[in-house]
Amino acid sequence: MARKLPPVDVVLVGFGWTGAILAQELTQDGLEVLAIERGGWRDTPSHFPTTVAQDELRWYWRKEMFQTTARETLTFRNNRSQTALPMRRWGSFLPGEGVGGGGVHWNGQTWRFLPSDFLAASHNVERYGPMRPGMTVQDYGVTYEELEPHYDRFEKLCGIAGRAGNLNGEIMEGGNPFEGVRSADYPNPPMHMTFAQHRFEAATKELGLKPFPGPSANMTKPYVNPLGCQLAPCTYCGFCEKYGCGNYSKASAQTTILPVLMRNPNFSLKVHNEVLQVKLDSTGRRATGVVHVDQNGEEYEQPADLVILCAYQLSNTRLMMLSGIGEIYDPATGEGLVGKNYCYQVMSGADVFFDDAYTNEFVGAGALGMCVDEYNGDNFDHSGLGFIGGGYIACWTTHSRPIERRRIPEGTPQWGSAWKKAVADNFLKSTNVGAHGASMAHAANHLDLDPTYTDVYGRPLMRMTFDFTPNDRAMSAFLTERVREIAERMGGREIKLSPREGPYDSMPYQTTHNTGGTIMGASPADSVVNRYLQSWDVPNLFVMGAGVFPQNAGYNPTGTVAALAYWAADAIRSRYIRSPGPLVQA
Amino acid sequence: MRTARHSAAAALTAALMADPLPARAQETVYSQIERGRYALITGNCQGCHTAPGEEPFAGGRGLDTPFGTIYTPNITFDPETGLGRWSRDDFRRAMHEGVAPDGSRLYPAFPYPHFSKMPREEVDAIYDYLATLPRVKKEKPENELPWPLSWRFSLAGWRLLFFEPQPFEPDPGKSDAWNRGAYLVEGPGHCAGCHTEKNLAGADKESRHLMGGQLEDWAAPDIRGGPNGGLAHWSEDDIVEFLKTGRNAHTAAFSIMSEVIDYSTQHMVDEDLRAIAVYLKDLEGEERAAPAAPDEEIMRAGAAIYFDNCSACHVSDGAGVPRFFAPLAGSGKVNNEDATTVIRVILEGARAVPTNAHPTPLTMPAFHWKLSDAQIAAVATYVRASWGNRGDPVSASDVAGLRKRLAEGLGPDR
Repeated sequence: MARKLPPVDVVLVGFGWTGAILAQELTQDGLEVLAIERGGWRDTPSHFPTTVAQDELRWYWRKEMFQTTARETLTFRNNRSQTALPMRRWGSFLPGEGVGGGGVHWNGQTWRFLPSDFLAASHNVERYGPMRPGMTVQDYGVTYEELEPHYDRFEKLCGIAGRAGNLNGEIMEGGNPFEGVRSADYPNPPMHMTFAQHRFEAATKELGLKPFPGPSANMTKPYVNPLGCQLAPCTYCGFCEKYGCGNYSKASAQTTILPVLMRNPNFSLKVHNEVLQVKLDSTGRRATGVVHVDQNGEEYEQPADLVILCAYQLSNTRLMMLSGIGEIYDPATGEGLVGKNYCYQVMSGADVFFDDAYTNEFVGAGALGMCVDEYNGDNFDHSGLGFIGGGYIACWTTHSRPIERRRIPEGTPQWGSAWKKAVADNFLKSTNVGAHGASMAHAANHLDLDPTYTDVYGRPLMRMTFDFTPNDRAMSAFLTERVREIAERMGGREIKLSPREGPYDSMPYQTTHNTGGTIMGASPADSVVNRYLQSWDVPNLFVMGAGVFPQNAGYNPTGTVAALAYWAADAIRSRYIRSPGPLVQA
Repeated sequence: MRTARHSAAAALTAALMADPLPARAQETVYSQIERGRYALITGNCQGCHTAPGEEPFAGGRGLDTPFGTIYTPNITFDPETGLGRWSRDDFRRAMHEGVAPDGSRLYPAFPYPHFSKMPREEVDAIYDYLATLPRVKKEKPENELPWPLSWRFSLAGWRLLFFEPQPFEPDPGKSDAWNRGAYLVEGPGHCAGCHTEKNLAGADKESRHLMGGQLEDWAAPDIRGGPNGGLAHWSEDDIVEFLKTGRNAHTAAFSIMSEVIDYSTQHMVDEDLRAIAVYLKDLEGEERAAPAAPDEEIMRAGAAIYFDNCSACHVSDGAGVPRFFAPLAGSGKVNNEDATTVIRVILEGARAVPTNAHPTPLTMPAFHWKLSDAQIAAVATYVRASWGNRGDPVSASDVAGLRKRLAEGLGPDR
């Protein structure tokens, strides 16, 4: 029997980026906010100081930075004809665990989606006619213009480095001319570029493209954010993605919010407690709180007026399923919405090898790169191409971590002395050009509960059913050709293309950009949450994170995840608190 | 929706209404209590009279002195374990004369020689303010002192030798700001408690006033601000900024000074911080002898260790990132004749005090598990002799000695 605890105003399930943002916002109105995090407390000096931050073996290869698969993982299959098996070791994506969540180990590439990305269904159908069969793409129900002030807040919170491309409607030289209208420039100047970016810039300019610096959450200057938190200049050590930053140089909940939030008496945090269930009252229309369990197996019932799911996309979706909120999507019938429109990211690229030039990519940073956006979203005419969407193409120099970085030219043996020689010869003289492709929703790709495998508490694991779709493959083939054109012009000896071919493989690392499952939209008939991220079924339940994306755009999602969190927080503060109930009438 | 927000004013009102003594309720008008609250801030009473992580002013914090550990008493008004049964005169006598109501002598770890400079009204105001605080029942642990020091009668001799109650006398030849600064520094602020070297009996060496001291294995720097002083290169603004925010262009506060800033100086009005700066800038220092020349091989080793382990934050030329990562070039701590703090910071790291102005506790990690005594000595020697710094070399045995003394607090290897 769960022990009942004194009630709080708001309980947050999970304490990463969105949890920290919501807690900081909602405590401003005097609400008593409790966050429950299943992992441990983490801060820069105690958990990833400079003396251990760059331990590649420990954090990445032994997976100490990520969710513990021995307690809970998910099962995977490419399609319904297969039997899903548990992922016992993370591969293609790396969910975080502990305070700060995945935001501790991200790269810091902080984008805004294009205005047309929010209208992916209506815009594309209007311009190109009906989509391929099976595609379940839909509009977000919120527009870029509505999110713009919230993007701006997050960029200022994080001290994003970049160059505006469209400032109040004026196209700015050196920025991304395709971006939506922004109300302010980035708070910090772009990162220092290295040899590889200069070559990329020259090559793309020759092709008539407009290169611009990638928007970066790695600090280019000492920065004090609007809350007074201090972020220090990046040292370009190249340990961002998969690592915590020991130098206070990467925006995370730890560096941007927690120093202030943790001093706020209205906020409290429980770590090493896992939420098992959102509790509903007898009508099923109201959440009464959550049930959570501590490390000793003691269960507690935490009553709250407002429950907000702030965990990772996969965990939020699964908690909805385990709590019996909404109907689980069934691809056989098309019925149900929870778990629908699982999407990912379609990555491809080309390595470029130089003979006479050092790229020295050990001087790197998670978001150190030059990009072009001509082939993203609907920035180009898709007529006759057979797909919608696209992606940015970039030359990022994120790292040369010695175990992970092994670029070898085409035709090199996979082992032995020739392989070793090739790794050594090219280690300092290579770079990569990558396409960051969108992932469009399809009826066959989805999440549900596994019928066989359970977690440490005996609850069914999440089951993922996913493969790249015909739209994904056509889009990626197109983007990869554009990558080839650029890579071939960068002046290297040779290139090695890595197209996205064959079925999706859940093992090689691609990106931790899992989206969908609790999608947002304009109607309860086709979405789990409304445009304010409020559950249609249970109005005192809100769901944050990339799970609300109806499909994924050709950008890294964190900027949009955070903008949506601020947008939802704003709606809760300005409207919901005064008059609790549905913010959109169904 | 319920809200859970308590304002300080509401708490104060509640405390006043709960007071059982009508006579005091009449006397203790708000301005008097507010005066007491501020006076208490200027004396940083909370720092010593609070055990880490426990109720404020309930005492129980152990102060490590060369003579043993002295535990601070509970100064809330709990009648059994605190000051609840003390009269105002009892309190004034403790503050001005170092004598408890039962006639026993207080250890001078309680800096009553400084507090004797405070006017009676100021001391009464502190008493009235303390009376409004929540009462906490908490016994004081027994001091850990060897005989005869454990015998309080021995303190009579100390008082005879080293104590003379001295009400503060303004210097008519100096500005009001200077006099206010002198009062704060020498009176309630009791800066000399840390920043002045002690004699064998634990009393201040007057000839070394504010030229730096050592306590609890920290070397407190020279804070005299005139020519040759430790703060000669700090402007008045630098001093004000440091005391207000815990950071300035030269340094960041950590360890014991972080408590002073956290509980005391960041809450003081700017005029008072300015006054402290005016006074300190008027205190001349003493010219220092040239440092001994470091061994070239050790300097080469120290430079290599520095570039691998330190330069990412402190920058290759020791410039640091002002207000983020402390500059080492010109640092008072680095240049201190006593290298204890430099060695200690390398061994166990340092956490810049989070303040209202700078809430981020920027922290340097510990290197005790990563660098040997000889390596720490080399890098400390390098830092103390580079970029215009003038500190003497550090030896491996200096590091070994401090490592041994700190062993318990250093924590596990990573």
